[in-house]
Amino acid sequence: MKVSGFWIGIVLMLAAGFVLAGVADNQFLFFAGYVILQGLIMAVAWNVLGGFTGYVNFGSAGFFAIGAYTAIALHQFAELPLLVLIVIAGIVCGLIGLGTGYLTLRLRGVYFAIATLAMAIVFESLITNWDYVGGSAGAYVITPAEVPFFDSFIEMMFILMLVLSLICVAVSRYLSMSRMGRGLASIRDDETAAECMGVPTLRLKLISTTVMGVMMGVAGAPFPFFVTYINPLSAFDLLIAVNAIAMPMIGGTAVWFGPVIGALLLGTIQQIVTVTISSELNILIVGAVLIAFVALAPRGIVGLFQDFARKRREGGK
Amino acid sequence: MDASLFLNAIAAGILLGGFYAAVALGLSIVFGQLDIVNIAHPAFIVAGSYLVFALNGGFGLDPVIAGILLMPIFFAVGVLVYRVYYAAFERTGRESLAGLAFFFGLMFVIEVLFIIFYGVDYRLVEADYIGKQIEIGLVGIPWRMLVPFCAALVMTGAIYLFLSRTFLGRAILAVSQDRLALQLMGADPVKIKQIAFGIGIATAALAGALLIMIGPVEPTIGRLYIGRIFAIIVLGGMGSIPGTLVAALIIGLSESIVTTYIGPSWAPTVAFGFLLITLAVRPQGLFGRL
Repeated sequence: MKVSGFWIGIVLMLAAGFVLAGVADNQFLFFAGYVILQGLIMAVAWNVLGGFTGYVNFGSAGFFAIGAYTAIALHQFAELPLLVLIVIAGIVCGLIGLGTGYLTLRLRGVYFAIATLAMAIVFESLITNWDYVGGSAGAYVITPAEVPFFDSFIEMMFILMLVLSLICVAVSRYLSMSRMGRGLASIRDDETAAECMGVPTLRLKLISTTVMGVMMGVAGAPFPFFVTYINPLSAFDLLIAVNAIAMPMIGGTAVWFGPVIGALLLGTIQQIVTVTISSELNILIVGAVLIAFVALAPRGIVGLFQDFARKRREGGK
Repeated sequence: MDASLFLNAIAAGILLGGFYAAVALGLSIVFGQLDIVNIAHPAFIVAGSYLVFALNGGFGLDPVIAGILLMPIFFAVGVLVYRVYYAAFERTGRESLAGLAFFFGLMFVIEVLFIIFYGVDYRLVEADYIGKQIEIGLVGIPWRMLVPFCAALVMTGAIYLFLSRTFLGRAILAVSQDRLALQLMGADPVKIKQIAFGIGIATAALAGALLIMIGPVEPTIGRLYIGRIFAIIVLGGMGSIPGTLVAALIIGLSESIVTTYIGPSWAPTVAFGFLLITLAVRPQGLFGRL
């Protein structure tokens, strides 16, 4: 029953996206929707490692940017279709994720977090000095004015992002609910004990970092086409990394739907604040909400609801 | 090879390294001794820069004096931040993941507050000596680098003496070595840690003054220092004050040489290169305790 419910939900979401694309003609809706969904993929991706295994990745923006720049480099080289670019960017970032996984052999806890941050900055320097993709000046992408099947390019990007994010959510859900999910959770709780009990910790961590890398690369690849101009500052924006951490933290990191709830909520608030007030205030809100949640509601919104439900159950007895 | 260029690169590197020691010092205590991953430390430094900018612009105070005057206030803020951190995370044993996220959020809040109040423009301070330099043979030493270098050395020396000579300083070292033993001796580890955290943040006030002397400051400039600071602390061996100084000089020198001979855009890579290599080859650092 539960499985079918989930898949019905996925199909409904997809259908809703297509209906929206058919009905709405306010282009801003698709723009905002794209940004929210991009945040959602990043949050789900971060959670695959950070939430399931407890390894904090501060370098999310690095993976995102590598995805974006892989797409740019290939686009400069040969004008491949966007879907091919996304797949290749996913593979490249997956390989980098795999490399990150091997880091966990030596680096645990804080050291891993700092090393990922270090990696992101090294990548940023490399890209800044790589003239083929524009260097520090950035690169422009010319997007087609008309696309088949859709009213506008931005509408197509929105549907593309919707499909990608649904795939990522499904993968993340599979990872957490399968036997593998319990292995990952055991790493989070006590890695040494898990290893003693015969959990293949390295293999699980490698899977986890690779999946995270692929998802972040996939989220980043369409970005240059969405904004039509990209430079290292915008691609390696630390706000991307903060959002990727804040969204799961707010939603709840222990379960697959935590980051989804957090991303939809925080992403929507951010869009509204950016439009109605200012983008600075938007960042302030992310920071403040993140602090409030980690300090007061460590298990996120999901945790709050679970506590609430338990209290009601106990009260009813 | 041009001798003048080389000697100037070395001189600039040493001066820069001394300044880096001041920047890393506070976190060396907080992260190295107390195991608190305050990645918001550079944001506190930038906060120091802006307050020094306000004092300098408003009252014409010398930046170094303004920085020293701010230290008690920063100490109090540090104590407060530690109280919150302790109550929310350390007491419940959730410091690893949630604590990291807490400081990450704190960093953003501090940055944005300064963006809202001062905008994203670069700010700088004024003093008579900024802009002048002394020539020694082929080498030119600008005062705006020399003054921060000397101030940084004095502060590092003072912290070193405080930690190794005074009762309270030794208690701070003790808390990092064996918390339980300290408790059995009748000392309250939380009180000692809160003082140590306060001192760590207090150094950020002076470091901020030095930062804005060396060059103009904007609210998010602290991010550039996160990696450097952690590289210095890890390379120096987690909390060793002489180690921090030596590591800061190594990184300052390397960056200066890379900037001179390869290009300034590669400079940020240097610190991270050192960090990754240290973590992979010698995680205990140069002067490490494990």
